[in-house]
Amino acid sequence: MPQFAIIAVSILFDGLAYAMFLFITSVGLSVTMGLMGFVNLAHGAFAMAGGYVVVSLTRTLGIGFVPSLVIAAVIVGAVSVVFERGLYRRLYKSTDLEQVLLTIGLAFMAIATATYLYGPIPKSVPLPDWLQGDVNLGFRNFPSYRAFLIVLGFALIAVLWYAFERTNIGAKIRAAVDNRRMAESVGINVDRLFTLTFAVGSGLAALGGGLAIQLFGLSPSFAVLYLVLFLIVVAVGGLGSLKGTLVAALVIGVFDTGGKYLLSDAGGFFVYAVTVAVLLVKPAGFYGRE
Amino acid sequence: MAASETISTASRSEARERAAEYLIKRHRFRLRETLPWLVAIAVYFVFPERMTFGSQVLVMVMFALSLDLILGYAGIVTLGHAAFFGIGAYTVGLAAARLGWSEPISGLFAAAIAAGLVGFITGWFLLRYRGLTLLMLTLATAILLQETGNLRSDISGGYDGLPGLTFKPLFGVFDYDLYGHTYYLYVLAVLVVVFFFVRRIVYSPFGQALTGVRENVRRMHAIGSPVHGRLVTVYTIAAAIAGVAGALFTQTNAYVTLTVFDFDNSAKVMVMLILGGTGRLYGAFVGATVYMVLEDYFSKLSPTFWQFGIGLVLVLAVLFTPRGVLGLFESIGKFFPERKKP
Amino acid sequence: MSAALQVEGLNRAFGALPVTRDVNLTLERGARHALIGPNGAGKTTLVNLITGALKPNSGRVVLNGEDITNVSQAERARRGLARTFQINQLFRGLTVLENIGMCISERDGYANNLWRAVGTKRAILDEALDHLDSLRLVDDALKLVRELPYGRQRLVEIAIALAQKPRVLLLDEPAAGVPSSESHLILDVVAALDPDIAVLIIEHDMDVVFRFAKEITVLVQGAVFTHGTPDAIMNNEQVKAVYLGQEGHRGGRHG
Repeated sequence: MPQFAIIAVSILFDGLAYAMFLFITSVGLSVTMGLMGFVNLAHGAFAMAGGYVVVSLTRTLGIGFVPSLVIAAVIVGAVSVVFERGLYRRLYKSTDLEQVLLTIGLAFMAIATATYLYGPIPKSVPLPDWLQGDVNLGFRNFPSYRAFLIVLGFALIAVLWYAFERTNIGAKIRAAVDNRRMAESVGINVDRLFTLTFAVGSGLAALGGGLAIQLFGLSPSFAVLYLVLFLIVVAVGGLGSLKGTLVAALVIGVFDTGGKYLLSDAGGFFVYAVTVAVLLVKPAGFYGRE
Repeated sequence: MAASETISTASRSEARERAAEYLIKRHRFRLRETLPWLVAIAVYFVFPERMTFGSQVLVMVMFALSLDLILGYAGIVTLGHAAFFGIGAYTVGLAAARLGWSEPISGLFAAAIAAGLVGFITGWFLLRYRGLTLLMLTLATAILLQETGNLRSDISGGYDGLPGLTFKPLFGVFDYDLYGHTYYLYVLAVLVVVFFFVRRIVYSPFGQALTGVRENVRRMHAIGSPVHGRLVTVYTIAAAIAGVAGALFTQTNAYVTLTVFDFDNSAKVMVMLILGGTGRLYGAFVGATVYMVLEDYFSKLSPTFWQFGIGLVLVLAVLFTPRGVLGLFESIGKFFPERKKP
Repeated sequence: MSAALQVEGLNRAFGALPVTRDVNLTLERGARHALIGPNGAGKTTLVNLITGALKPNSGRVVLNGEDITNVSQAERARRGLARTFQINQLFRGLTVLENIGMCISERDGYANNLWRAVGTKRAILDEALDHLDSLRLVDDALKLVRELPYGRQRLVEIAIALAQKPRVLLLDEPAAGVPSSESHLILDVVAALDPDIAVLIIEHDMDVVFRFAKEITVLVQGAVFTHGTPDAIMNNEQVKAVYLGQEGHRGGRHG
């Protein structure tokens, strides 16, 4: 196979895996911001929390990796409801700035707590045999873990798409994102809907955090470092849009991977250049509403 | 008929006098405004061994002051203000390290011009947007600048920084001494000048128009205000001032690395300003000083504890004192009525 | 001699929903023109299109003979087009005096000054007080807008528009939300407006309309239903049918 094709396939594969991670972690943020207009900068902290829960479950309790992912998602999802009801709810009518500051404050507290409990050194997680090593796809070997990530991503996309487009609840969510006041006047309980989407979104973020451990290692600063990326995916994709988050995740994932492949250190450039380019032309993102 | 006319004329000129007096009284220099400056000078004598730290505090005060212009007065929320600080810092750093130009005062002017120019260009494009879009655009701009520096780390020194910067003595006479005494006074002097300009702008018709934009931009459009032009102007000025702060940073540290562009920096200065109180001129003083002093003390104790603490303070501040420390003082002050009835 | 304001074939749709359909309207100098119609007829939308807050899909807006269809909202204001909003759009954290003063500063270009302090230019202060005086707001001059009762705030809304020294004035339900005990304040002001200014007023209260207007345009579902003199409109059966509650022309005030 020609050299450039090998590189291209590698970039696409790794980029796709990365994009799946971005999608899974960011989709919750996009829908909750689109639904309630609430700027939640603690979203990265939820992802980080999910990762650390997985670390504890696998290392301390000896539970398998995949079951730990599910448990972590459920735990963080449930805990997030407490935050939403107890704290976030008070700020739905506040200014963007106040929401930013409150959630940044929460993120700082979360990071400090994680540092205290787990220390600043990046953690890893024991993987089951079938996720280690490579899988052979004919012309090349690919890391099994990344293949798993891609498959999982597609599965989740299918599930979410079905939930959004074909179920009652999905229709209600879409209506509320489109026009909140109208949805409320039709009798849709937007508050309860939001708690549900927030819980699911945070659970997915936790899942993403758990999946990220093998990709990037997990340290407390994960909460802020990757938050920027999640925000970029959400802004570029358009608030409240599943399709948008996916497209943006793919674009960002592939560009970042490609940039780093081809230009190593300096490759981080591309993500931000793409962001600026897209937002200047489509300020509400690919599929956002003005 | 004649009697009521004279009455209305009398009360009219009286009304005019009262109105004029009210407006003029607001921008007249009040005695309590000397307080922060007296404290700054007192520090020089009371803490001579903490002069380097003192300079850093003053630098951050200037940085926060520049942010107040756009955040507190014009109401624009950005996440990339560190970009201008960084440009100023690197203008001076690169001039000294690569061009051998190390005269301090001209460095400040160069930094202001460079940062102001970038502020003008980015502001012209970006200030058409608001909300999340603007947050991300400004954040991305700052990171892009940082990555550009990283691309050519041979020139910029990358994250390790520019090595061994030295600066000529001020006015050819005052040299940087080991404990940074002269430099503290130098930074303080520049801050006085900068503050004087900022104060004039804030109390001018232009400053009033900025408040109008913040209070009700719809109304501003409807009365014919060139909103975008105003915002770009204030953004440029704020960028220039942030650039001067960055330049002073490099000069007082004799060192600069790409971390000046960090999002951390943008977030830090915003937190300082919010804590002190936005749109209040002296909020920057209070916020930056309190933050820097607390950080200095607590992060030596335990950085984790400090991070938790500042997070907690932020959460509590948003929930209970959204207008910052000065806002709190104002609320307390309302218990002691000293105003004459208008 | 060209009309003060001319609207030609204005069209605007939101997605598939047309909100303004082929509207023509002319305001002569000194006009006293009322725009009426049932709720949702698109009256405020039309005002937004005229002032430039909204861009039309097609059509023209001509101000004093100049085509301003592609001119920005702020520029139109500078050329003499002023409006009030249905819901007060004021600077609530500032005093009444500053609200008016800011408007005059913008008009005169003084707001570009970064050096002199507000309040040092006596001419602006005097003019602001003049405006306040003519609206009997002088006593409230140093009060914060948000501390005023709604009726007086509404007066400030009109004062700001007048401070622009406009040639065309668009009033969007000036008495809306004002308790009936105070509405005469508004109506007196409207009645006493400079005869040179062309005024378009959106109103629901038929009393006000018939007292004030010399010409009426009826808007229904975004299109001009009919237009003519108050007498003609009052006796038009179709208008009565289309406009709910035409019978009770006293006091019936819609939101």
